[in-house]
Formats: sequence, structure tokens, C-alpha cells
Amino acid sequence: MDYIDPHIHMVSRTTDDYETLARMGCVAMSEPAFWAGFDRGSVDSFRDYFRQLTDFEPKRAAQFGIHHYTWLCINAKEAENVSLSREVIAMIPEFLDRPNVLGIGEIGLNKNTRNEATIFLEHLELAVRHDQQILIHTPHLVDKYQGTRMILDMLLGDSKIQPHRVLVDHVEEHTIRPVLEAGFWAGMTLYPVTKCTPQRACDMIEMYGPERLLANSAGDWGPSKPTAIPDLIFEMRRRGHPESLIRKVVYENPRQFFLQSKNIVLERPA
Amino acid sequence: MSAPTSSGRKRSAKQIVDAEYLLARSKILELAATLDRIDRGQATEDASAERKLLEEAICILQSPGPDRAERLQLLLSRPYDPQWRSHMGL
Repeated sequence: MDYIDPHIHMVSRTTDDYETLARMGCVAMSEPAFWAGFDRGSVDSFRDYFRQLTDFEPKRAAQFGIHHYTWLCINAKEAENVSLSREVIAMIPEFLDRPNVLGIGEIGLNKNTRNEATIFLEHLELAVRHDQQILIHTPHLVDKYQGTRMILDMLLGDSKIQPHRVLVDHVEEHTIRPVLEAGFWAGMTLYPVTKCTPQRACDMIEMYGPERLLANSAGDWGPSKPTAIPDLIFEMRRRGHPESLIRKVVYENPRQFFLQSKNIVLERPA
Repeated sequence: MSAPTSSGRKRSAKQIVDAEYLLARSKILELAATLDRIDRGQATEDASAERKLLEEAICILQSPGPDRAERLQLLLSRPYDPQWRSHMGL
């Protein structure tokens, strides 16, 4: 089955991974900007990273017939450096017209601090000013519930934010309901140990229905499985769900969300 | 938000138990062995606080209701304060 992975960090993966993903049915993906595992030291470091996301990765993906899209930001983990964050936010518009840019992301919170919230709000202003879609990271583990509620407060407190153009990612059993009820898209991350298994993701699809619900691998440089979406497809088939429902979650929903971005073209690359 | 909206084939409880029993068995055994391992270790104040949290979590597993996973997640979460913006001066 063709599928789209709406959240995967391919700069951290090998070319062999692209080939494996293509063989498993991946036809498109989006790669949010994220933390490198260390704090970057300057705005030029981010400029080089954004060149990698907008020039090099789309070419690497195209070798295997995969469309590569991306989202730009400075990650919440680096938001404690407020002055650098502001330099990066000021530089991002240089890249917003690149053909594979879907919007601003993955912005959000990490430890739910004042500085993180400040930079999150400034990213929201950037997105509104440039009419961009938004992809949001919600915190891990013990911080997730508090951080997700804070993020929803900030989103709903800005009348210029259009919920149907915002994806709130990494939802789990205790955060999915408020995200969907507020009209946002919700992403379930299939991530070993710290987020959601294919089985629990399938449970949430059964409990909440497939509308505005996406699944992703969030494959990156840490413990993660870039082929996690085929695992979800397998689990849904094992439970007897129809192909039409599976396809809606793993292909049609991300496609519908992506198509709201001004740069989207979703034919297979030549 | 109302409950099941998925169009999937509705499985019976018996079918689900049949399909999930071995996996659930292995997970509950892992949990039991982990608790035994903790008990064999040297007690510290920090460990007992987290041990207490695990015991509260086990109570949720034993309680009735369709939302054990959600309640477990909330137990293991920092609380949300709706007044956070004024506390942070934002």
C-alpha cells in the first residue's frame, strides 16, 4: 500500500533507509527541522541545515521515487537561547519559497518553560505573517500533558491561527481528545518506549475515528524505526480493518493536510 | 467526543483475548519480574517514590472502565495549571 510518512528526520538516516522505505510503499514524507543532538552555535549553522533540508534531501529522496517535503524552525530544545532563536526566526523567510517547504515546524515545547513559550509564540507570529501551515511537537513523557495543554492555550488564544492548518504531533491517549476537539489535526508517533506503539495507535483510530488523524515514524538519530508505518498497516489488517480505512490514515489524511500548503505537488518525482 | 467511530470489523471480547493473550501474558510477567527486581535492590528514597507511582498505576489496571490507558497517562504526568501564563508573566 502507498503511504506517506508526515514526520521523519531523514538527515539522520542512510540512503539504504530511503530504498527500504520506497520498497515498503513510502511515496512521500515530510521532515520537520529538529534538534541535532547538540545545540547549534550560530544562525549560519541553521542556514546550512535548511539548505540540506531544501536542496540535498529532496534529491536523495527522488532517487527512490519519494517526494521529500520539509518544515523550518528552531527546535524547542534550543529555545532557551532566545537571542539565537530570534536570529533564526528572522532568517527563515529566506527559505519559505523553496518548493518543498510545507510550513513552520516542528515548533513546540520541551520542558514547558517561559523561554520555550516565548519562542513558540514568535514562531506562530512568523507562520501567520507568511501564511504558513504549522507542525507542532508536544513534549515527552511526564511533560506531555502539561505542555500539550499549554500549546493548545496559545493556539486558541490567537484568532489568526486556523486549526485546520495546524498539526499537533505526538498525541497519546491523554492528549488526543483536546487536540481533535479543538479542530486541529493530530499525529500519532510510532516510537519505541517513549511514545506510541502501532497497537495503541490502532486503538486510538478505533476510539476516535480516522478524521484528522495521522501516523508517523519520527525516525531520527535515536532509537526509532523508520518503517513503523507499515507496522501500523499490518496491525490494522490483523484486526480486520478495511483497506479504505487504512489508506485514509496513512495516505489520504497526510495528503489532504499537505495539499493545504502552497508549495505542494504530490505526483511521484521523475 | 463520542466513542467508536471507526468502520472496522467489530471484534468480540473473546476474539481480542484470543489474539492478545500471549502478548499480555508476557508483558504482565515482565512487570512482575521488574517489581521483584526492585524489591531485591537496595531501598532509596527516590526509588520508593517511583515504586509508589507504579503501585498506583497497577491499581488503575485493576479498576473497571474503558479508559485505563488515559488514566494511567494522567497519573504519570505533571499537572496542568490553566493559569500558567500569568504565573510565567506571558
